[in-house]
Order: sequence, then C-alpha cells, then structure tokens
Amino acid sequence: MSTRIYVPCDSAALAVGADAVAARIAAEAARRGLEVEIVRNGTRGLLWLEPLVEVDTPDGRIGFGPVDAADVAGLFDAGFHDNFNGSHALALGLVEQIPYLARQQRLTFARVGITDPLSLDDYEAHGGYRALRNALLMAPAEIVASVTASGLRGRGGAAFPTGIKWNTVLKAPGAEKYIVCNADEGDSGTFADRIVMESDPYVLIEGMTIAGIAVGATRGYIYVRSEYPHSIRQLEAAIETATRRGYLGRSLLSSGRSFELEVRKGAGAYICGEETALLESLEGKRGIVRAKPPLPALAGLFGKPTVINNVLSLATVPIILDKGAQYYQDYGMGRSRGTLPVQLAGNIKHGGLIELAFGVTLREILYDYGGGSASGRPIKAVQVGGPLGAYLPESQWDTPLDYEAFASLWAVLGHGGIVVHDDSADMSKLARYAMEFCAVESCGKCTPCRIGSTRGVEVIDKIRAGSQPAQQVVLLRDLCDTMLYGSLCAMGGMTPYPVLSALNHFPEDFGQPGANEHAA
Amino acid sequence: MHNQPNPPDPAAILADLCARHGTRQDQLLPLLHALQDSLGYVPPDLVQPIAQHFNLSRAEVHGVITFYHDFRSAPAAQCVVKLCSAEACQSMGGERLLHHAQQALGCGLHGHGADGRFALEPVYCLGLCASAPAMAIADKVFARVTPARFDAVLSDHVADHVAEAV
Repeated sequence: MSTRIYVPCDSAALAVGADAVAARIAAEAARRGLEVEIVRNGTRGLLWLEPLVEVDTPDGRIGFGPVDAADVAGLFDAGFHDNFNGSHALALGLVEQIPYLARQQRLTFARVGITDPLSLDDYEAHGGYRALRNALLMAPAEIVASVTASGLRGRGGAAFPTGIKWNTVLKAPGAEKYIVCNADEGDSGTFADRIVMESDPYVLIEGMTIAGIAVGATRGYIYVRSEYPHSIRQLEAAIETATRRGYLGRSLLSSGRSFELEVRKGAGAYICGEETALLESLEGKRGIVRAKPPLPALAGLFGKPTVINNVLSLATVPIILDKGAQYYQDYGMGRSRGTLPVQLAGNIKHGGLIELAFGVTLREILYDYGGGSASGRPIKAVQVGGPLGAYLPESQWDTPLDYEAFASLWAVLGHGGIVVHDDSADMSKLARYAMEFCAVESCGKCTPCRIGSTRGVEVIDKIRAGSQPAQQVVLLRDLCDTMLYGSLCAMGGMTPYPVLSALNHFPEDFGQPGANEHAA
Repeated sequence: MHNQPNPPDPAAILADLCARHGTRQDQLLPLLHALQDSLGYVPPDLVQPIAQHFNLSRAEVHGVITFYHDFRSAPAAQCVVKLCSAEACQSMGGERLLHHAQQALGCGLHGHGADGRFALEPVYCLGLCASAPAMAIADKVFARVTPARFDAVLSDHVADHVAEAV
C-alpha cells in the first residue's frame, strides 16, 4: 500500500530546502522499491521545524522536522514511512498534538498546512465554498450585516470595521464597483498574508467573491508585492482552477452573479501597502498617496466605489459566512473580536504563525509559544505591528493582544507581526533605521514624511555621535511631533512610533539618563 | 538565460507586448514587468514609444519607472543577490551576513562586483522573518542563511547558471 508523505511547498519551507527533501524522498523510495505518494501541502506555520515532513498513519499525521535532504535515507532506515513508532531525533509525534499547534484557535487558518493548497477538491472536502453557497442565498445587505455582526476589523493594521466599509460601498451609487485585495505585505515580521496566498489561496478567492456579491462588484484585483513570486504563482494557478470549475467568472455556480479576479504584481514600493497609493499603482501610476476624502469606498479604483481590504480580512469572511457571525464574534475580548493570526519572528526560538483569540498576552506568546530568544540571551525589546509599530520593553509584555489595549500604551497591534530583539540590540540604531526606512520608502508627497525622515536620520546620527545629545533629543521629539500630526498617511505619521518608543523606553541607548519622564 | 544566437530586438519585443497589453494605463506596470522580464531592464530609448502607446507623456512613464525599485534603466548584473535588511533579519545577524556578502561578492550594497557578474541589493522583507536572515536570487528564496550557507547557495547558483549557458 502506498504511503502518503507531506512536504510543504510554502516559501518558508522552500527557502530551507523543501524541494530537495521532496526529491530525495521520491528517489529514496524508488531505490527501495517503496510506493509513496508525495503531497505538497501548505505550511503548518511551525516555521522553526521547516521543512516539516508528515507521514499519514491510521492515528493521524506524524511529523519529522526540520528535515534536511541528507536526513532522508536515515528516516527510511528508521521506518518513518511505515507506521512509525520508534524513535528518531527528528520525530515530533502526531503533528496536531504538538502543543504550539494544539493550543491555537485556527479559524482563518483552519485548513492551512493540512491541505494541498492548489487542490480544489481538497478545499471543498475541508469545508471550502460552503460560505459562498450560503452567501448566494442571502441578500447583499444580509451578507454585509453578517460581516458587521462578526466584529471583524481590518487585519491589515488599521482595524477599521470591515462590515462598515462594505456597507458604504454597498450603498454607494454606481454600476461599476471593485474589490481590491491589499496583498502588499511589506512589513518586516509579517508573513500571514503570504501563508494564506501560498497555503490556502482558495479561501482568499472565496472571500473576495463573497465581497463582490455583497457590494455588487463584478471584478476584483489582488495586488501582490513582487517580493512574493511564489504567492503570485499559487494565486494565478488557483484562480485558473476556480474559474474552470465555475467558482469564478460569469454566472458563477449558475447563480447569475459574476465575479472575475486578476492578480497584479507590485514593483518594490513599500508605500503601495497604503491603500490609496496601492490604488494609484493599480491604475498604472506612481504609488503616491491620495488625500482623503474621498474615501476609496466612494471613489476608489478608477474613481469607482471600491472595497479595499487586507488578505486576512478577506480570508476570514468565509468562516463567518460558513459558521455564522456569532461563532466568530464569540472569540476575542472587548472590541477586538475573533482571532488574530500572530506572526512571531526575529530573534525567537520558535517563530511561526500563531492564531489565537484576542486577549493572549505578549509574554505568553514570547515564552509559552516562542520559547524565548533564539540566541539564548535575554529578550530586550519587541516591535509589534511592523516597521511603523512601537518597541515594547519587558514592563509592557503583560499587555493583552487587543487593539485598544495597545493603543492605550501608545503602541499598535497592527497586523499582529512581532519582531523580537535580544539584549545585543542597539535601540538608537533601530530608531535610526526606522527613519532611514521612511526616507527610502516615502512617496514624497508630503513634507513631514519626505524631509522629516531625512532630518530624523541626521539628528539620530548626531545623538549617536554624542554631539550635543540633549539638544538633539529635543529636536528629535519636535520633529517626531511634526511627522505625527502633519503627515498625509501612516508612513510619516507612524514612523515616530518606533523612534520615540525606543527613545522613551531605552534612553540609555541614546546616551540619555536612565529614568524616563516622557512615558509614552 | 537567453540562448538565442542573436540578441533580442527590444523594439520588436515592445511592439509585441504593446499589442498584448492594450492601451489602458493600468497595463503600464504589467507591461514594464514583462519588458524587463524579457530584456533584463527597461531601455531608456523605449520610454518614448511606451508613452506614445499609452497616450502619456514621457515624464509620466519616466516617473513610473523611477518610482518603483524593481525597474532598472540599465542591464543588471548576471546574478543579483538580494539580502533582506529589515528588522527581523537584523535581529538575527543580518548585518554580519551583509559584511560577509560584501566580501564574498567584492561589492557594497547597490554595487556591482568588479567583473560585473554579481550585484548586491537590499530588500525590505521577503516574508521569511521567522527563519531569518533571508536572501533571494531571482525568484528563489533562502532562509536561515549563515555565511557558510551563503557561500554554498552562491556556488550552487553559479554552477547552475554556467551549466545552463553551455
């Protein structure tokens, strides 16, 4: 009987040799005259274990990882393919019982890592497209009401209620409307969008289709950054299959409703993750931020009413329409409902994707899941919410992951990306980097961002060189104030978050006296 | 990459792409990507015909090409190594890796090696932040890159590349 062996095809697995492992397994099986079926599944999100090879057994899938191609012969010798119950240094037991995974609450990521990402049959067998069938029986306003009732907020970082945005587009007059998916996931420390696109692309396609039906849009675009070539390939293949099978296109599922979907590739501009710059880019222009109003919901792509949502927001719609708004809204705390796919990265032992209801604390994520720093040194600071997010010192790690709790600390939960730095990190250097990044990536439209970031680098350089540091710190705070309140979008408006949080919590790294009176 | 005995004619390639992409301005980025995929860069003397095709000014097309980091106005090195320079990779020794890469390739960031074969560019995040540091060569990504792994990846790439050109 043939043994089914899973080798992930996600970028994070490919980047550490998953293709070579799959090829070696096939070759080794052939050499031994064994029948194996190799399935290229998505990633489980246990990224320190990649390539994580799984073998089907009557009790469930057992895992081995991280597997190097050189380990494969030894794994066969140990009988990993034949109801393995012996011991091997890489054996992990039943994958679903690995605590990191078992303790998660996977809603958006329910299928991720389990299925073959491009198999539509697999998608359907695991509950896929039930939500679309439900949606096709509902009135558009009912779909929107359901998304609103779920409490889903924009997972791209801004946390605006998704249902309210959809309602604006639904009510906007006009026959031509668009659904745009913001897949320009440029923030360091975030990779959940990428995992969805590569490991469960149909869930995004289904979510966008439902959005189209809900607001009356017949065309959608997925704007994917060019740094994600594998995501683009996966999405294009999935769109092709979904179209062929009648889930996209004219009169999808013979419903009389139409929805077509296209992938557009970015060109290496971080600012295009800002929604109005993204729309400009889609229109073939420089990615320059637009002034709001008008809101994209009223005058978005090509001047038409447009829903623009992050990958995770759209990919969460199917579970809401499948299991009901209440089911989703039962998770979470306060006004942060549902689950947050946390991305744990940087200097951490067990980095990966951790989907949990809002309310878990940073400390639990860092130690119970992450296992502490990868270097073994004490963790010094964690940056939450990408390059525009604040650095949090240990005194703030008992904060629950909740949009409002983070806002009250003058921090942002954002996209749920967490980058860990150990005690070798120099916070003034990281603050300088934040300014430098802003200078490189600013679209240039508004002065506080365009010029302020360059002046910011210079001022921090002076502080680091010990040249009139006290005066320069006053100048830096003043500059940050201008950027905060005078910038057109979050690029310039939030760069002060990492800069000032570093300065406030780690003044000694800026050559300042230890006690901090400027509690952020 | 290109095994043709004659170098491709840029004007002919552009004409073909223009016919396929149509004249709506939202096709400008897809067309530029396709052009760069074929030629390795966007030749400055094609700006005028591109502008004409889309009924745009040369300034508008030039503005788009220069706004986006991806588009080049001159041919790239044979092998462009992109090292992630963002925070997560910094936290895992990205800077050490950068120093190593500069020595190994004989060039600084944004620079070309002396023989023009290699270039080193920063990239701000490859989405491999839990397996940092990361790098990319063409469409291939590599994670948990130590200096030793950097050397191995590079020599593999060179071997494949040379083999391909034979």
